[in-house]
Amino acid sequence: MSTQAASTAFSALLRRDLLLAYRRRAELLQPLAFLLVVTTLFPLGVGPSPQLLADIAPGVIWIAALLATVLSLDSLFRSDFEDGTLEQMVMSGQSLSLIALSRIVAHWLVAGLPIVLLSPLLAMWMNLPDQGLSILIESLIIGTPVLSLIGAIGGALTVSLKRGGQLLSLLVFPLYVPLLILATSAVSAAVVDLPYAGQLGLMFAGLITALTLAPFATAAALKLSLS
Amino acid sequence: MNPIYLFFHKTGSPPWFYKYSGYLIPWLWAIFLVLTAIGLYLGLVKAPADYQQGETVRIMYLHVPSAWMSMMIYGMMAIMGFIALVWRIRMMEVLVISSAPVGAAFTVIALLTGSMWGRPMWGTFWVWDARLTSELVLLFLYFGVIALYSAYDEPRKAARAASLLSIVGAFNLPIIYFSVEWWNTLHQGSSFGGDGPGIHPDMLWPLLIMATSMKFFYGANLLSRARLTLLKQDHRKRWVQDLLTEERS
Repeated sequence: MSTQAASTAFSALLRRDLLLAYRRRAELLQPLAFLLVVTTLFPLGVGPSPQLLADIAPGVIWIAALLATVLSLDSLFRSDFEDGTLEQMVMSGQSLSLIALSRIVAHWLVAGLPIVLLSPLLAMWMNLPDQGLSILIESLIIGTPVLSLIGAIGGALTVSLKRGGQLLSLLVFPLYVPLLILATSAVSAAVVDLPYAGQLGLMFAGLITALTLAPFATAAALKLSLS
Repeated sequence: MNPIYLFFHKTGSPPWFYKYSGYLIPWLWAIFLVLTAIGLYLGLVKAPADYQQGETVRIMYLHVPSAWMSMMIYGMMAIMGFIALVWRIRMMEVLVISSAPVGAAFTVIALLTGSMWGRPMWGTFWVWDARLTSELVLLFLYFGVIALYSAYDEPRKAARAASLLSIVGAFNLPIIYFSVEWWNTLHQGSSFGGDGPGIHPDMLWPLLIMATSMKFFYGANLLSRARLTLLKQDHRKRWVQDLLTEERS
């Protein structure tokens, strides 16, 4: 009974969040446009040499993905917090971790997945060699959910603050360091035909760990913000 | 009441803490000063210069203990933060917040002394070496905790948010450490354990004495900061008012 109620709540919330996201399409496009603009700045800044761009491509694409994700994180819980929906969710009696997880899944679908889909274009711009492309996509598929999961903790901690956005980036960027290292080294290894399974495996381990623990931390942070 | 519970209830109460930490602090400072004097004398005067690094090896007596402290204090913050969140002990919240600036200061000292040592040894003030980088990330984690605390208006909520963040950060710290280690390493290996020749007792003793003296410094500094935070938070409460009238009379 209660599992059923929980899964009903989960899917209802997910549907609601996706519908809300669909109604606010313009807001969703901002981080993606930001992703494209930031990536464009790199060839302009360091010069258009194809070799140089290929060398820095994994790092540039991943850093742009980090920045775009953090940009979209600030609004993760904010509107629900401001109009009181979050309080109602807490009072609904459903597990707050589950509610947080559904919010995170929705965030990944509207903010993380588009980054994965855009990555071939970014790879082309940055002149990433062909053998690196599939690994870049894989690393983004494994990595972007982790960005959403860890970021949600930061988003929940700063939701009750007026200027949470700037603080949020200070809180979460240090936590993203291992992911950035593993992802870029996997792609760089693939480009020169070195094994990369280890890095991807560790990233996957990180995904499982974040998936099991981050919703609880997010729920604790949300409760704290509402107190 | 069970004596152990009684002890925790008492230490958890701000007036009790304020009173007894006041007795403890002078002792902590005194032990710190004595140990530092001995440690610095042994390290800077008595200990031999290194056959490869020359006199610059003496930076180690400040650098290594500071780096240890920077990590230990973050761990302490996470443990105290956990206690603060689970059992809602207010003193622990105050201690977490009072630890953060001390830990950040130790991190800065470790980074600065490391740079001073790196210039003659590696020929540069800064390299993106694993340990330097993870120490820098640790500094950013401290900044995050301090910034989050100061962003909230209400001190207790702020302290709980900072506690939660330090727990999350402490969970990530080993992952950061190993990922960065694996990313790039130039730093010399640890002088303890392992298969290397190890460290001579003449150098080991001053190092251990300095490491111990830093613990006392942390204790003294932490308690002083916690007392100040308590006075600020409780300045309208009865026990602080009583204290003030006592002081005046």
